[in-house]
Amino acid sequence: MKKTVTDFLLIENKQLNKDNFLLVLQSPVPVSDIFPGQFINVEIKGSPEIFLRRPFSVLNVDYEKQTISLLVKILGRGSKKLTEARLGETINAIFPLGKSFTLPDNQDHILLIGGGSGVAPMLFLSKICQLNPANVTVLIGARSVSDHIDISEYQPYGMFYFTTEDGSLGEKGYVTDHPVFSEQFNRYNKIYACGPDLMMKAIGRKAIDKGIFCEVSLENMMACGFGVCLCCVEDTKTGHKCVCTDGPVFNVNDLKW
Amino acid sequence: MVNLSVKIHELDFKNPVLTASGTCGFGEEIADFFDLSLLGGIVVKGTTLKHREGNAYPRMAETPSGMLNAVGLQNKGVDNFISNIYPRIKDLNTHIIVNVNGSTIEDYVALTERLDELEKIPAIELNISCPNVKEGGMAFGISCVSAEAVVKAVRKAYSKTLIVKLSPNVTNISEIAKAVEGQGADSVSLINTLLGMAVNAESRKPVLSTVTGGLSGPAIKPIALRMVWQVYNAVKIPVMGMGGIMNATDALEFMIAGASAIQVGTALFIDPAVPVKIINGISEYMERHKIQSVNEIIGSLQC
Repeated sequence: MKKTVTDFLLIENKQLNKDNFLLVLQSPVPVSDIFPGQFINVEIKGSPEIFLRRPFSVLNVDYEKQTISLLVKILGRGSKKLTEARLGETINAIFPLGKSFTLPDNQDHILLIGGGSGVAPMLFLSKICQLNPANVTVLIGARSVSDHIDISEYQPYGMFYFTTEDGSLGEKGYVTDHPVFSEQFNRYNKIYACGPDLMMKAIGRKAIDKGIFCEVSLENMMACGFGVCLCCVEDTKTGHKCVCTDGPVFNVNDLKW
Repeated sequence: MVNLSVKIHELDFKNPVLTASGTCGFGEEIADFFDLSLLGGIVVKGTTLKHREGNAYPRMAETPSGMLNAVGLQNKGVDNFISNIYPRIKDLNTHIIVNVNGSTIEDYVALTERLDELEKIPAIELNISCPNVKEGGMAFGISCVSAEAVVKAVRKAYSKTLIVKLSPNVTNISEIAKAVEGQGADSVSLINTLLGMAVNAESRKPVLSTVTGGLSGPAIKPIALRMVWQVYNAVKIPVMGMGGIMNATDALEFMIAGASAIQVGTALFIDPAVPVKIINGISEYMERHKIQSVNEIIGSLQC
């Protein structure tokens, strides 16, 4: 799919909780196909401190309304500035970038694990595949219920389970402590994960150990997003690979985990 | 119609706008964003004799109006370039220039000899200014003696246009420029990145795996402009200017200071279509100032 630089219109900017915002960008032209795991690289204007674009994985796309929804978590100066954007502002973005998750099919029993802002591509994946909801398990981890975002729009597409570190929602602990992960792992033939490195490594190692297909989405710091700066490399079994073009989705068997 | 063509040594460029090495891959990576044949030229990713994995991650730090990189010349080596990449890009209808790197003079020469055989590569950019490699690289470019030695050896091995890319990490860049001119360089390009550093105060650790890296972006533009102007006044060979060029005005400033052509680098990371905007912006400027040939702009600084 051809990559384009597009001037989007910001049509929604909703604070979901302390650090998370939902931004909806509307394109003046039909939106190119974009799949779960692919990302959009957003220009954030107005500060010399924010020189580079910021990559965000896509939460949702509406081809009819020509919109792309992003879950923006405030992690630093760039994401903070973006969440301060006002409705009607122009948001310039390059997309679609990177490789998507391998889309599952009807025979698959899939487990989607999202931690923190890593829930975005997992929710998108659950929705886009239109599988039998009984075959889709979504496990979402957050620090606390106050970091949790409303997922009701996605509820019809799978069975949802939650963990929080303080036990304020779902099981107490990490996603890897949840019975879905610790006891029922073998029920699934495809595991997808996006979230903090340590979480993905724990999931990846178990998948490798059990011989189960597992893809994770990495978020190494990048400058360009389309494979020219070679800054975001991951040291894989076959050498340095660009997370922006060879990933961000990697099969865990290719990583040095 | 304004005339945008410029000449570097014996090589005619359709316009003075090139993309800088290490910021445009082999051209193909940015082909979605504009028609590459519109460019004056493409300086492809730094190439070495043998495959290099480059430095460990993290290799990048964002800085005010710029960024640091410490990629360390990751590339698959010249054999891969010749067999796999050259056939795909040789007919792009713009000048393809290869950025040449080595750890030793022997490496530089061996690599240059291979490139000399390629019909559609009309020039090389000899990189004696990479700050991110342990051996060679910038070490060659920061003393007149070593710069002379490598240019002398490469000049013997290379029959076409030889551009030497200079390091700004020196006390007197004009002396280095004169030294490489004296050994037969056909042009100099400047500046490569400035050696810099970023620290994470919370962890008290360097941000880059290599501790230091090369600073680029608009933060370095005033230094680059000053050096282009100094070198333009010190040598007779044409100068290619670069360092923080983000738009047509920046490009024109470099040409007024003495650059016969300019390279766009880090700006591509933010707007990969920016070279076309720069080319169009130069045309508009010339029409507005009733300038027929872009050559009238080169070195037109009125002090």
